[in-house]
Amino acid sequence: MSKVLEYSPTKTIEQQLREERFRDEVLDHNITVSMGPQHPSTHGVLRLEIELDGETVVKTIPDIGYLHTGMEKIMEYKKYQQNIVITDRMDYLNPMGNNLGYIMCVEKLLGITDEIPERAKVIRVMLTELQRIASHMVWLGTHALDIGAMSVFFYCFREREKILNIYEAICGGRMTVSFFRVGGLPYDIPEFVPKMVRDFCDGFPSAVDEYETLLAGNKIFQSRTRGVGVISAEDAIQWALTGPSLRGSGIDFDVRRYDPYCGYETYDFDVPTELDGDVWARFRVRMRELRESLKIVRQAVDRLKPGSVKVDSPKIALPEREIMKSQMDALIHHFLLAGLGFEVPPGEAYHAIEGSKGELGFYIVSDGSERPYRVHVRGPSFVNLQALPSMAQGYLIADVVAIIGSLDIVLGEIDR
Amino acid sequence: MSDKKESEIYAPSSSDSRLKATDASAYIEGRFSDAVEEVKQQHGEVSVYVKREKLLEVCTFLRDDPKLRFNMLSDLTGFDRGVDESPRFEVIYQLLSLQNRCRLRLKVRLDEEDCRVSTVSNIWKTANWHERETYDLLGIEFDGHPDLRKILTPEDLEGHPLRKDFPLRGY
Repeated sequence: MSKVLEYSPTKTIEQQLREERFRDEVLDHNITVSMGPQHPSTHGVLRLEIELDGETVVKTIPDIGYLHTGMEKIMEYKKYQQNIVITDRMDYLNPMGNNLGYIMCVEKLLGITDEIPERAKVIRVMLTELQRIASHMVWLGTHALDIGAMSVFFYCFREREKILNIYEAICGGRMTVSFFRVGGLPYDIPEFVPKMVRDFCDGFPSAVDEYETLLAGNKIFQSRTRGVGVISAEDAIQWALTGPSLRGSGIDFDVRRYDPYCGYETYDFDVPTELDGDVWARFRVRMRELRESLKIVRQAVDRLKPGSVKVDSPKIALPEREIMKSQMDALIHHFLLAGLGFEVPPGEAYHAIEGSKGELGFYIVSDGSERPYRVHVRGPSFVNLQALPSMAQGYLIADVVAIIGSLDIVLGEIDR
Repeated sequence: MSDKKESEIYAPSSSDSRLKATDASAYIEGRFSDAVEEVKQQHGEVSVYVKREKLLEVCTFLRDDPKLRFNMLSDLTGFDRGVDESPRFEVIYQLLSLQNRCRLRLKVRLDEEDCRVSTVSNIWKTANWHERETYDLLGIEFDGHPDLRKILTPEDLEGHPLRKDFPLRGY
């Protein structure tokens, strides 16, 4: 554009533009804005190409792949037990869930799903539900931060810290835990952990009340979220949304209910749904889920009975350290398992669990060797993000930020 | 705003009237005897191999039939069975019926020389990105796809990383 507007305090810019015949070029054309990949509200390296008419979104084109590290390819070259470490790095806010989905799929291929000891199952449920709470804490903090409520972030990280401390006490890792193993757990949790979990459970309800007071009753928060980013139940199914994003549209689909694993059918919990399908509905669903997850954690702690935490199969689970040092055959098993891994019978399996963001599915093809032939991850963030253009259309550009927050995406899982 | 009626459609039916994956596969085998190549069952999961030409017909039926209603496509992916294998590729569709609470896996076999299959993104919108990913990583083309571009790998990367002849390192 060659012309430069003269400064004139009496006219608005629009009047001036119309007079100067910039009209065709500027006023009646949509403009395209590139948001990200370094934008803080895109929760990672997501780039959105947004076509705008004034402030209204006409079209959104997500551009992903900035974080692609070829995890599915790498997993084909690693042994089954080595891949657990890779799953941590996908959805780094939900590592326990990723571990669980992967190892349960391998257990399905091995045919040992029913042989997992009760104690291992209860600990798995307890830790994944704590992880769901921790993941929702990050979601709540960043979602509120994006909309402009800064203080919530710090309170959320306070509670999350307590959960990460529990993880640290159990396995030494805080975010990349790699704690679950095919066939159970690597070792039992320390004696003091149930007390830590109970302490957390006692303090947490009042913390949720605090978040509700900070946000739910806030007029600004409500006007930023109510009626924004609406998606109907029909569309949500067409886009295969899962998790809280789907339940916000009124469909009570939860893998823990529909297709129970790990003994979830024996726990007493509700699947919260909301009918409106907007950002506010998804917020309500997740807030209620926090309390439901806490209910499950409480039940799991009460169920902790002494017992073994791994299958009685030396070909799959490593022997106890002390036994390995004193018995010859245990040493041989340890050596073979650590050095060569275990072979998985040929076949294929798809196992889905309810991750913190939705249905997290692992599809593994085995050719009979100790390395998977093909691993595919159905990441809930990948699928949920796809619905963003249809959710954002017709809303303001500031609402896009709120909608991304309500989808709760993690780019590590989208790009894999 | 979703009204009550909509959510009732997707509510699960009572446990006795629910269809199992084995019933569903038998049902479509009877209906499309010329389209179903093989039915496999493993680990409680049913895989149905479908002829490539008949895929769209079978998928539309699976979604719309009031008894089956596989209204959600959970996942779509593919894999390379090996450089010397024939047919070399398989495309996998993981279907989910919210009404029957059951999953079904559809599979299509593709030859290396002609690795293309019709898109199902008109049936389930969610297939759009899954098909782009499969195209990007495995080089399987989806006919009729509205926007078949690379999605994960950089623009200047040649080849398809999940093919078995693509090197892990040294590229």
